[in-house]
Amino acid sequence: MTISRRDFLKVAGTTGALLAGGGRPAHAQQTSEGGVEFNGMLIDTTKCIGCRACEAACNEANKLPKPEVSLETESVFERNRDTTPDAFTVVNKFPNEKEPDKPIFVRKQCMHCNQPACASACLTKAMEKTREAAVIYNKGRCMGCRYCMVACPFDIPKFQYDSPTPFVKKCIFCNERQMRGEQPACSEACPEGATLFGKKRDLLEIARTRIAKEPDKYIHHIYGEHEVGGTGWLYLYGAPAEKLGLKTNLETTPYPELTSGFLYGVPLVFVLWPSLLIGLNYLIKDSEEKETSHGEHD
Amino acid sequence: MANTINAPAATAEGAPSFWQVARDTIRFILKEFKPKGKMLTPFNVITGAIILLGLVLIVIRFAYGLSSVTNLSQNYPWGIWIGFDVVTGVAFAGGAYVLTFLVHILKVKKYEPIVRVTVLNGFLAYVFYAGALLLDLGRPWNVINPIIGNSFGLSSVLFLVAWHFMLYMICEFLEFSPTVAEWLHWPKLRRILEGLTTGAVIFGITLSTLHQSGLGALFLLAPSKIHPLWYSHNIPVMFFISSIFAGISMVIIESTFTHRVFKDRIGHALHEGHNAILLGLAKGAVGALFAYIFVKMIDFVHYKLWTQIASPMGYWYLLELVGFVVLPTALFLTAIRKRSVKLVQFTAFLTAVGVILNRLNVSVIAFKWYEAVRYYPSWMEIEVTLAIISMELWVFRWVINRMPVFGAHPAAVETEEETVEDKEVVRWKASVL
Repeated sequence: MTISRRDFLKVAGTTGALLAGGGRPAHAQQTSEGGVEFNGMLIDTTKCIGCRACEAACNEANKLPKPEVSLETESVFERNRDTTPDAFTVVNKFPNEKEPDKPIFVRKQCMHCNQPACASACLTKAMEKTREAAVIYNKGRCMGCRYCMVACPFDIPKFQYDSPTPFVKKCIFCNERQMRGEQPACSEACPEGATLFGKKRDLLEIARTRIAKEPDKYIHHIYGEHEVGGTGWLYLYGAPAEKLGLKTNLETTPYPELTSGFLYGVPLVFVLWPSLLIGLNYLIKDSEEKETSHGEHD
Repeated sequence: MANTINAPAATAEGAPSFWQVARDTIRFILKEFKPKGKMLTPFNVITGAIILLGLVLIVIRFAYGLSSVTNLSQNYPWGIWIGFDVVTGVAFAGGAYVLTFLVHILKVKKYEPIVRVTVLNGFLAYVFYAGALLLDLGRPWNVINPIIGNSFGLSSVLFLVAWHFMLYMICEFLEFSPTVAEWLHWPKLRRILEGLTTGAVIFGITLSTLHQSGLGALFLLAPSKIHPLWYSHNIPVMFFISSIFAGISMVIIESTFTHRVFKDRIGHALHEGHNAILLGLAKGAVGALFAYIFVKMIDFVHYKLWTQIASPMGYWYLLELVGFVVLPTALFLTAIRKRSVKLVQFTAFLTAVGVILNRLNVSVIAFKWYEAVRYYPSWMEIEVTLAIISMELWVFRWVINRMPVFGAHPAAVETEEETVEDKEVVRWKASVL
C-alpha cells in the first residue's frame, strides 16, 4: 500500500497536477465556512537546523513545565520523540541519504486540519476548529473520553494519564496570540524561517514556488495540501515522507466524511423504524383478535 | 416465598393514606434488602473478594489517575474497559431488543416466559457495562455535558451513542417496570406501566439499532489505525447484525445457568417451554449469522482482503471468522436438525466467544497493530472488569430472588385477575405449591 502511495506522490508531484486515480482528490478548502481565510504554517524541513528554538518558545508560550532534558542538550536527538502533554512540539532528527553530514530535522505538532477528526469525534465540542484555523481545546467541556486520540490521524492529542483531573493537551496554534494579531511563538522564534506563518493560500504559493525554483532539492509534494482534506500546517522536504516520520497512509478524504454517511442515516431510522414497528404491531394485533373469538387483553 | 405474604398491601381497612403506603413500601424494600439463603457459599466468597479488591482499585484510579491502574498509553487511549466492558458488554445486551421485538411486536407467545429476565439482563448490562465507561472517563463529572450542556457535539457518533445509552436505559427500565410494580404489589401502577411497554419497546428497538451500529461507527474515524481486515465502511452494519446473535447467544447462555441456579423461581411456562425456546432462539441466531457472513463476504471481495490473509493478523482473522462465526452457524444448524439443546447451549457459548473476539479485535487488538510496543491490559484492568461482572451478577440474583421475573407474581395475579387467563392462574398456583 505504501509503495503505490509513493508512486502516486511521485506522479502527482512531478507533473505538478492534482489528479489522482482518475478523479480529483477531495478539494481542500483554504477558507473556513464563514469565508475567513485560513491561517497556516509552512514547515520547510530543508531549512531547519534543529536548534529547537520553536520547542523553547512553545514551552514558554504555553507555560509548560521545564523539560526533563534541557533544551540545549543534543542527546534528545538520539531517539525519535513524540509530543507529550508537556511538549506540544518536538523536533526529530533523521539521516540524510543525499548529504549524510547534513541530517534532516522535522518538527511534529498538531496539523490543524481543515476538517479535524478530533473535533468531529468530540461529543462535547471540547475540540473545536476556529474560523481562523486553530483547533483549540475548551478544557471545561472535556469529559476525558479520549475519542479524539482514537480519531486523530496524526496521533496528536495527548492525555494526562497520571492526573486525577486530567486534560487532553496539544498545540493550539497559539490561538490567543493570533487573536491579538501576533504570530505563534514558534514561528516568531524560528531563526531560519523554517517555520513560516501566514495565510494558507499564500503559503501554498510560496511552497509551490520553492519547489519550482529548486526542483532537485524538494520532493514534489506539499504534505498537508490534500492529506485528510487539507491541513493548516504544510511541510516541504527533500527526502521521502515516510523516512521523515510523516504518515503516508492517509487518504485525502476529510475525516468528518467518514462518519457523515452513518449520521445521515440516523434521522432516517428514527422516522422509519417506529412507523414500521407501530404498523407491524397493529397488523399483528388485528390478525390476532380475528383469530381468537374474544379479544385478548395484552 | 414467605416474604410475599406480609406484603404492604394494607387494603383491608379502606384506602390507606399516602404516607402509610410510603412507609409500608420503604419497610418492605428494606426487608427485601436482607440477604436470602446461605451467605458463605464459594460463589459469594470469591465474587465478594473480587468486588472488594475492585472497589479498592477504583478508589486508587480516581485518586491517582488512569495510569495508576491501567496500561493505557498515548498510543492506546482505549483499553479493555472500553473494548470489553462497553463495546462487548453492550453487544451482549442486544438480546433485550431482539426478544421484546419477538414478544411485544410480533406477539410470539413462545418467548414470553424469558422476556422479563432478558430485559432485566439487558438493563443491568447497560447500568454496569455502559456504567463502566465512567471509570474510563478522565473527567467523569463532565459526562452530563453532552446531555444538558450547551456544547452539543452533533457531528460526533459518540454524542449519539451517549444519548442513546441514556434513553435506552430508560426504555429498558420502563419495559421491566411492571415486574417491579408487581413486586411492590402496586397493581394500579403496574397497569399504567404496562400500557407504556409497547411504546418503550418500539423506541427501544429504534435506539438499539442506532447505538449498536453506532458503537461500530465510532471506529470509522480510524481508517489508518485499524487493520484493513477489520476496518470497513460496513462496521456499523456488522456491529448491528452481530449484536443480534450476540444477544441471542447471551440469552441462551444465561437461561442455561438460571435454569439450574434459580430452579425454584422458574414458573411452569418456562419449565415446559425451555427446550423449545432455546431451539427457536438458535434458529434466530442462525439467520443473523448468515446475514453477518454475507456482509463479511461482501467486504472480502470489496476490500480485496485475500491480499491480507497470508500474515499473522490474517490467520487471526480467519480464526475469528471460521472458528467462531462459520463453525457456530454449522453447529447451530446441526443442533436444530437433531433438536439437541445441549449443542445449542455449547454453540451459543462458541458464538459469544466469537463476538468477544470481534469486538476486541476492532477496538483493541487490530487497533494500531503496527506499533512496536502494544497495549495489553494490566491485571488491575482485568480485575476491575471481573468486579463489575460480579456486581452485576449479585444485583441480578437479588432481583431474581425477589421480583417475579420468571412468570408473573402469584400475589399480583390475584389482585389483577383480568390480565391473565384463569387457567394460567391455576397453573401458577399449582407451581407454587
